[in-house]
Amino acid sequence: MSVWQKHAILEKNSIILVIGILLVIAVGGLVEIVPLFYLKNTIEKVDGVRPYTPLELAGRNIYVREGCYLCHSQMIRPLRDEVERYGHYSLAAESMYDHPFQWGSKRTGPDLARVGGKYSDAWHRDHLRDPRSVVPGSVMPDYGFLAKTDLDYKHIAADMKVQALLGTPYTPEMIEDAAKDVQVQASTDNPDAADLTKRYPKAIARDFDGNPARVTEADALIAYLQMLGTEVDFKMYDDKANIR
Amino acid sequence: MANALAPQKNMTIGEGGLSLALVGLAILSIVIAAKAYTPEYAFHAYLFAAASIAAVFAVINRYFERPAERPALVNADGRPNYNMGPVKFATIAAVFWGIAGFAVGLYIALELAFPGLNFAQWFNFGRLRPLHTSAVIFAFGGNVLIATSFYVVQRTCRARLAGDLAPWFVVLGYNFFILIAGTGYLLGITQSKEYAEPEWYSDLWLTIVWVTYFLVFLGTIMRRTEPHIYVANWFYLAFIVTIAVLHLGNNATVPVSIFSPKSYIVWSGVQDAMVQWWYGHNAVGFFLTAGFLAIMYYFIPKRADRPVYSYRLSIIHFWALIFLYIWAGPHHLHYTALPDWAQTLGMTFSIMLWMPSWGGMINGIMTLSGAWDKLRTDPVLRMMVVSVAFYGMSTFEGPMMSVKIVNSLSHYTDWTIGHVHSGALGWVAYISFGAIYCLVPWLWNRRLYSLKLVNWHFWISTIGIVLYITAMWVSGILQGLMWRAYTSLGFLEYSFVETVEAMHPFYVIRALGGFLFLCGALIMVFNLWKTVNSEAVAGEAELQLQPAE
Amino acid sequence: MAEEHKQIDPITGTATTGHEWDGLRELNTPLPRWWLWLFYLTIVWAIGYWIVYPAWPLIHNSTQGLFGYHSRDAVVEDLDALHAQRGPMMAKLGSATTAEILADPQLLDFARAQGRVAFADNCAPCHGAGGGGTKGYPNLNDDDWLWGGKIADIEQTIRFGARAGNDQGRQGNMPPFTGVLKPAEISNVADYVRSLSGLSTEAGADLAAGKKVFADNCAVCHGDNAKGNRELGSANLTDRIWLYGSDKEAIVDGIEKGHGGVMPTWDGRLSEPVIKSLAVYVYSFGGGEK
Ligand code: HEC
Ligand code: HEC
Ligand code: HEC
Ligand code: HEM
Ligand code: HEM
Ligand SMILES: [Ca+2]
Ligand SMILES: [Ca+2]
Ligand SMILES: [Cu+2]
Repeated sequence: MSVWQKHAILEKNSIILVIGILLVIAVGGLVEIVPLFYLKNTIEKVDGVRPYTPLELAGRNIYVREGCYLCHSQMIRPLRDEVERYGHYSLAAESMYDHPFQWGSKRTGPDLARVGGKYSDAWHRDHLRDPRSVVPGSVMPDYGFLAKTDLDYKHIAADMKVQALLGTPYTPEMIEDAAKDVQVQASTDNPDAADLTKRYPKAIARDFDGNPARVTEADALIAYLQMLGTEVDFKMYDDKANIR
Repeated sequence: MANALAPQKNMTIGEGGLSLALVGLAILSIVIAAKAYTPEYAFHAYLFAAASIAAVFAVINRYFERPAERPALVNADGRPNYNMGPVKFATIAAVFWGIAGFAVGLYIALELAFPGLNFAQWFNFGRLRPLHTSAVIFAFGGNVLIATSFYVVQRTCRARLAGDLAPWFVVLGYNFFILIAGTGYLLGITQSKEYAEPEWYSDLWLTIVWVTYFLVFLGTIMRRTEPHIYVANWFYLAFIVTIAVLHLGNNATVPVSIFSPKSYIVWSGVQDAMVQWWYGHNAVGFFLTAGFLAIMYYFIPKRADRPVYSYRLSIIHFWALIFLYIWAGPHHLHYTALPDWAQTLGMTFSIMLWMPSWGGMINGIMTLSGAWDKLRTDPVLRMMVVSVAFYGMSTFEGPMMSVKIVNSLSHYTDWTIGHVHSGALGWVAYISFGAIYCLVPWLWNRRLYSLKLVNWHFWISTIGIVLYITAMWVSGILQGLMWRAYTSLGFLEYSFVETVEAMHPFYVIRALGGFLFLCGALIMVFNLWKTVNSEAVAGEAELQLQPAE
Repeated sequence: MAEEHKQIDPITGTATTGHEWDGLRELNTPLPRWWLWLFYLTIVWAIGYWIVYPAWPLIHNSTQGLFGYHSRDAVVEDLDALHAQRGPMMAKLGSATTAEILADPQLLDFARAQGRVAFADNCAPCHGAGGGGTKGYPNLNDDDWLWGGKIADIEQTIRFGARAGNDQGRQGNMPPFTGVLKPAEISNVADYVRSLSGLSTEAGADLAAGKKVFADNCAVCHGDNAKGNRELGSANLTDRIWLYGSDKEAIVDGIEKGHGGVMPTWDGRLSEPVIKSLAVYVYSFGGGEK
């Protein structure tokens, strides 16, 4: 029987054909995905990466909701022009608490992996409200409504509980204080800010949207943008340490 | 007086079970709507409730209207009693969503050229772009695939579609999924995984629909009266099975609460990236490629009235294609924080994918040997053959872009967008148009209203495609080169916004191309409308062989 | 069985497989040779590539490849090569002070070439493409400086920023006066401030009262002559150059809410040579002071 005739077995038995297809498509996925969970060098050992504060997490959810990832990457590639323009190339560790990841696949706007601290809150306010008022050549949409919309953080603790279930190291204390932490982080000179930074090192607490009376979606989104890429101290980073 | 011989009319298990399940779903939806965390989610819950109730009424109404006996599998003349109702519905839906998807594509193209068009949060680029991609891929492409697969599997198995309500559940359930997904994007409900944006509850619904789809399709094959399974059906099967696996893997998610639209993906960071592009690349490989190759394998030989070029090539390229495709995902993650080894695998398997892809192109184009003259007279066949040529082009370009050096330039730029649309417009949309031009006359027993208009459609949209993809190639390569340009002293030459400003003329040209493409599609709608509203033709056989004048 | 149905296709002369579905048949054409050979070629190439580069995952690590290539090594090498390409001027830029750079025309040109795109990518979003500034973001072309226009002052402002949380940066805000001053007082002092640069004042404004309010509340920072104090970054209010606008509304608003524009810290984000280059680049806009 020639090879071609053997194929008739598959052509005549639909169940065998389905099983054959399943087996054939299983291989590649398994070989490429499974090792990423057990190979220890997949995620670099670096200090500083912590879970998002509740306010930053809420901001990140707005980033997801608005589809910013469709224009902005958060993944600086190890290529010399990118490192010169945006800073140190991104590490896997820097997005290890990202459910889902936001690396993006299109750069209509610049990479945002290290935008934290690059601008002032006031600039982000102006820029989100009307990008072309500060950057005339921009094609970014206006997001003025964010500063006018109160942040809905009633259920933020539930969000954190789910993330804890998935392995993000949120402690019961963090989850319990989630709503309070939102208010503390969104206000300038709050006496409880020290508590917040104990739980979330280097977290910045201030009124981000220029309106101390309200916690708006702009507060959350700017808090998120201002922490992007600031966790790992690259002055201390050894470029030879995580070659893989 | 009741006829004692007439069989008693009973509700089938399907009718009863489905009605009960839908009543349950309606009640659940109303409870969720009442306690939903956000008004947007409540709106969706009400949609679920309304649709379920409407469906229950439809099922019961159908029960009262239908004859006591189930439809026969075979007609009196011995030919199968094909079930074409769902096929007709999906065909109309495909045309409708196609126009919607192209129009949204045109709108977002204009937004990038004239950002003032982002006038309200619901219509911002970031929310409309997923609406465009889902509308064209899943709504337009998906309905074309469902329509053609249900048509082709019946004809090539010489068997009536399996299930009674099930095929209707598939087409209606699928289009309901589209409705939920699309309105969700506008309202800001998304999980931000490209091509898998719908949230957990839409995903669950789709899972139910898709499993039913698989069972109907497989059931029909099992009923076949032909000894062998035709090659188009291998491709349809691979498409349906693999999409199911991908969908489950990439949408593994934990909802915040049953009352919240929000969920968190189980995977994170680099693993999530790999799972996403294992999914994303194979959505291309199995949805936009395997499925549409199945269409090619039926409609081109049919229309050209020629045998498929090579059975042996079918076998080799089928298995090689589905085996190799799965590995190529990491070419979307070149130079990222994904470890180098995985990138190497992604790149090398993409290169090996080149010939298996071209196997499909060869089989499609060479099927015309002996019938080349038909290209001159039959614009429908011409559209399908050009589509296969575009398929060949994008499956050459794809492996080239998978080479890391090339990708370091093309990634993140419009070059990718150009590649996408040479595949999407040239291949996916053109083969779909060709299939629709064949299907509508066959399904409605009509003569196609005007071949001349098909010719117009062909030429206008071809100019549109050429404008679109050349503009994106130029802008993509220009942008990639500008990002990495250095002055003679060794410093970066351009700032980022300078590269944004340089894109403007190409964005305008692209929008013009999209406009032409949309015009072509509108001509098609007119032509199909006139076709369906013309006088019925008697013989089916005559219609099947009706192409050129 | 199926063999019987086999036919020879009259056009190509090839046999069909003998099956038929809905009128469709298949030719039994052998695989095209060129196709098969190209397929083999890509496979051989892939195997070669796996030998040379990191490729297959194992238990503890992946295969590493013969050349020991890794993208993260490669970028370090590329950057080194780039620095080497920039040549001796780069080394000079690294060791020179900004004052020395200004004194060496060749080095100055080199530094400005480096500063140009760094400015466009990092500073222009606030200060405008040519450094012209907009409301809230100062013009860097003129000779009106909040924090000083000597090269060392400019360098200091860039390196550590203003009010951006860096201890070495420029500090000090203008406090909000709502609640401290009555609306009428604010209105008067605003008119007074406008009068200092010869702008029209509102009918009925009490400039004398405004002057008094100024002396009591504002002079500590802006100076008795209202010419500002560069130690505090307080603006010169007599020069017709306005950071936040000259109309009365803007001035009243500023007095009510206070001021304190934030200029980010670039220390750590940009490298030392880039910061120096930016300082001389900005200095050479024309407003630099000796
Ligand atoms: C249509 C594409 C598009 C979308 C959608 C978009 N942006 Fe932008 N973005 C741009 C472009 C183009 C620029 C560069 C010009 C500028 O600075 O405005 C930019 C610049 C930025 C910058 C400044 C980055 C830098 O380093 O200079 C930030 C921060 C930013 N965007 C945040 C966001 C956020 C947050 C969202 C979603 C809420 C968003 N963008 C959505 C196109 C977009
Ligand atoms: C987030 C916006 C922002 C960015 C980005 C920014 N600046 Fe500034 N800059 C300011 C503001 C606001 C001030 C005025 C501070 C004040 O009011 O005291 C300022 C002040 C200055 C001054 C002092 C002007 C004076 O009158 O004393 C210099 C010099 C300067 N910037 C240079 C730069 C350079 C160079 C860069 C880029 C590396 C840069 N700036 C980036 C906002 C910005
Ligand atoms: C504690 C110090 C301090 C006091 C007191 C103070 N100012 Fe200021 N003022 C500043 C500083 C610092 C700036 C610049 C802020 C910036 O650059 O963002 C400024 C800016 C201004 C400006 C904006 C100038 C422009 O170019 O747009 C005006 C107007 C002004 N002050 C008026 C007043 C008046 C009137 C008073 C008293 C009612 C006053 N200031 C009291 C420190 C002070
Ligand atoms: C009128 C025709 C069309 C126009 C004007 C159009 C326009 C666009 C635009 C402007 C984008 C966004 C590009 C960017 O972010 O820079 C886009 C993305 C996309 N479109 Fe279309 N499109 C059209 C038809 C289609 C069709 C028919 C398909 C598929 C069958 C398709 C599939 C896609 C996909 C997959 C993307 C995402 C690409 C990526 O993320 O890399 N489009 N389209
Ligand atoms: C052998 C076949 C193919 C290969 C190897 C291939 C390879 C690639 C590569 C390398 C990219 C760019 C990834 C990046 O840099 O981000 C890409 C993107 C894409 N390709 Fe292909 N391609 C192939 C065929 C096709 C076909 C036939 C289509 C049909 C429409 C298609 C649709 C897409 C889409 C939609 C994207 C954009 C994904 C995204 O970023 O959102 N590809 N492909
Ligand atoms: Ca994309
Ligand atoms: Ca606030
Ligand atoms: Cu791909």
